[in-house]
Amino acid sequence: MSAERTLTNFVRALRSADVRVSTGETLDAVQVVKLIGYSDKSVLKTSLRAVLAKSNREKQAYDRLFDLYFSQGQSKAADSETSTKDDNESGSEDGYDGFLDLATSGDDAAIDAALARAGQEVGLEDIRFSTQVGYYSQKMLKAMGVEEMETTLLERLQDHSPEGDADAEVMIDARKNMTTRALEYARTQFDIYGEGATQQFREDFLSKKRINEMDVSDLNRMKPLVEKLARRLATKHSRRRRRKNRGQIDLRRTLRANAGRDGVPFDVHWRQKKKDRPKIILICDVSNSVARYVRFLLLFLYCMQDVVKDLHTFAFSARLKDVGEILDTSLDGFEQAMEKVMHEAGWGSTDYGQALSDLFVDHWSLIDRKTTLIILGDARSNHGDPRLDLFEEATARAKRTVWLNPESRALWGSGDSEMLRYFPHCSVVSGLSTLKDLERAVDDVLTHYR
Amino acid sequence: MSDTENAAAAHYGALSSPEAITKALASVGYIANADIAMVIYLAINLRKPVLIEGPAGVGKTDLAQSLGRCLDVPVERLQCYEGLDESKALYEWQYGKQLLYTQVLKDRLDDIVGQGRSISELTSKLSTFEDLFYSHQFLEPRPLLRAMEQDAGSVLLVDEIDKSDEEFEAFLLEVLSDYQVTVPELGTIKANVPPIVILTSNNIRELGDALKRRCLHLFIDFPDAERERQIVKARVPGVEDDLLKQLVAFVQDLRDKDLKKRPSISETVDWARTLVLLHASSLDESIVRQTLTVLLKHESDISSVSTGLGQMVRKAANASDDSRLPSGYPNLS
Repeated sequence: MSAERTLTNFVRALRSADVRVSTGETLDAVQVVKLIGYSDKSVLKTSLRAVLAKSNREKQAYDRLFDLYFSQGQSKAADSETSTKDDNESGSEDGYDGFLDLATSGDDAAIDAALARAGQEVGLEDIRFSTQVGYYSQKMLKAMGVEEMETTLLERLQDHSPEGDADAEVMIDARKNMTTRALEYARTQFDIYGEGATQQFREDFLSKKRINEMDVSDLNRMKPLVEKLARRLATKHSRRRRRKNRGQIDLRRTLRANAGRDGVPFDVHWRQKKKDRPKIILICDVSNSVARYVRFLLLFLYCMQDVVKDLHTFAFSARLKDVGEILDTSLDGFEQAMEKVMHEAGWGSTDYGQALSDLFVDHWSLIDRKTTLIILGDARSNHGDPRLDLFEEATARAKRTVWLNPESRALWGSGDSEMLRYFPHCSVVSGLSTLKDLERAVDDVLTHYR
Repeated sequence: MSDTENAAAAHYGALSSPEAITKALASVGYIANADIAMVIYLAINLRKPVLIEGPAGVGKTDLAQSLGRCLDVPVERLQCYEGLDESKALYEWQYGKQLLYTQVLKDRLDDIVGQGRSISELTSKLSTFEDLFYSHQFLEPRPLLRAMEQDAGSVLLVDEIDKSDEEFEAFLLEVLSDYQVTVPELGTIKANVPPIVILTSNNIRELGDALKRRCLHLFIDFPDAERERQIVKARVPGVEDDLLKQLVAFVQDLRDKDLKKRPSISETVDWARTLVLLHASSLDESIVRQTLTVLLKHESDISSVSTGLGQMVRKAANASDDSRLPSGYPNLS
């Protein structure tokens, strides 16, 4: 494999693991290799890292892949130096005559090299799913000439002679041995090229799956996914745009800017509108039916702390509790914090009216015209007084009120659900059943602050 | 392009290998790790800007300053902030002087062109004059232009790029990819020797992909104990070995705690200076308690640490004892 090929394949592997590498960066990497050479792995690792991985997350992925990719490539790197010679005479590389000779030679380096070549021939870097490992390893064996040996094997068996049987024995062993090695090789290649793709497929699937239909294993996989989505959204909303307010001159800045021109206003500065920073008050119903959604919404918003600095979190089922302090931990401690929230607020029968009046008594001053009020709950209040008067006042004070209801639309207003009575006071009421819905809802809230 | 590339490599010749860079930086008191030296080496040889990210106070800005010092070239620093624009980053005309120039010109116009000529003669005469109004004499170069104009090369430090607006980031792309700037009235000014460009970011906002793609990326984290000891030793020569070991061990321990703002290297150095000033020869609880405000800048951090302070100090004190024992010696304390 040529030096460039080694590098471009590595870039492919990085891309499949969600590290964004541009063509320009690949060219830079080629330059780096020209400068540094392949000889010192640790030097190569640090220098390529500076060119290819440009954030902390990408650096982690890079480190994992670099070790995987270049550890199996000891012989590959050696290959690259003598590449032209090898490529020309495929078939009898390394002085071994055919499949059997190679398999029984015990020359590990030569076998590795042959496997690498075969892998390249059958396009192993296109592997996407772990179920393809077997398929690709068979194709590799074929490319290495296993079929010719099998013909000989059959002939030998038909001889019905002791020597023939012994020869056949050797061949069968050789094939077995090589199959194992090919499988192993294909599996490491899958780790390099395929895992990212599988991950992506899985995430795509998960983000569209209904949250209440998820089982435990899905839920465990959700956390990194939520983090990823939140990160994406945070990037989007951390972009600053200046909004020019044409029509009003900023006199102070204009005078200052034109002092050098005798105060004649050539260069006019306009007043700029200050953008409000998002301020969010989150009120979560943590009764059993909604608890799962609360977990994801909180996780989502806490991943976005850089963007949403002003976040107040309340949880209730009977009484309203300020849980902001409990949740004020690092992301690693999130699960425990969540347990604690459930423990403190998750008892008693749900009472929206009581929660609203608790909010009124203790935290009413928090709600101002910059605030977005997010309520996450099914609005099932066990036939208590929904305190619509308080709700109306709160929504009037706040910038916007967003209600996220995990129940399907058809059930709103049925039984003890007060959704339809709260509905007219909200700016937006949206259903919340998948992670995509959640992302959309948070995006919508933040968009109104631009 | 290859010419300028060679010029760059030749010009910063003192830094011809990662090892040489480490040594050169150490000579001006900056202790670099392998990553840092390697990225600087690549930056010089590939002619690429370096984007440095990392927590506040780990020596991002200082790296640029130290590079300038050890190469003995000027450091042009451009501090970014919201609203920074070209006239502050690139160049500005000196309007006052230009006005004076026109006044002077007006007074002496008759002497220059002579009297009693027709308009057409006058204009043709005028067009033979050099245009002085927009000339280098009236140009006030700002950091970016100054960095391009240094014949001996320079270090251009664009500090806290994340605080600037996105428009400015886009504008910077042009400067960084070609190492040239365009002044419409004068034409393009190209750097003879491309400057070493260092951009720093504290991650206030995510930087654009385009900028990241053009840069080498370097993440500087808190140093390990060994490197931190070297740094403090280099910056505070008066500190005794025992105290040094203890204070570094203490700070390293402190960083593992759940804090709002973890102490960075600059704080360790300040603390070491403080302790030397107070003639402390080793750590004890009372002196740590008195000087803790040097390390921790949040009231809540101080109060959360102060309960376990005695234990932390003892642990740090032991750290220096341990290292004096031969290896494998059982710890009896």
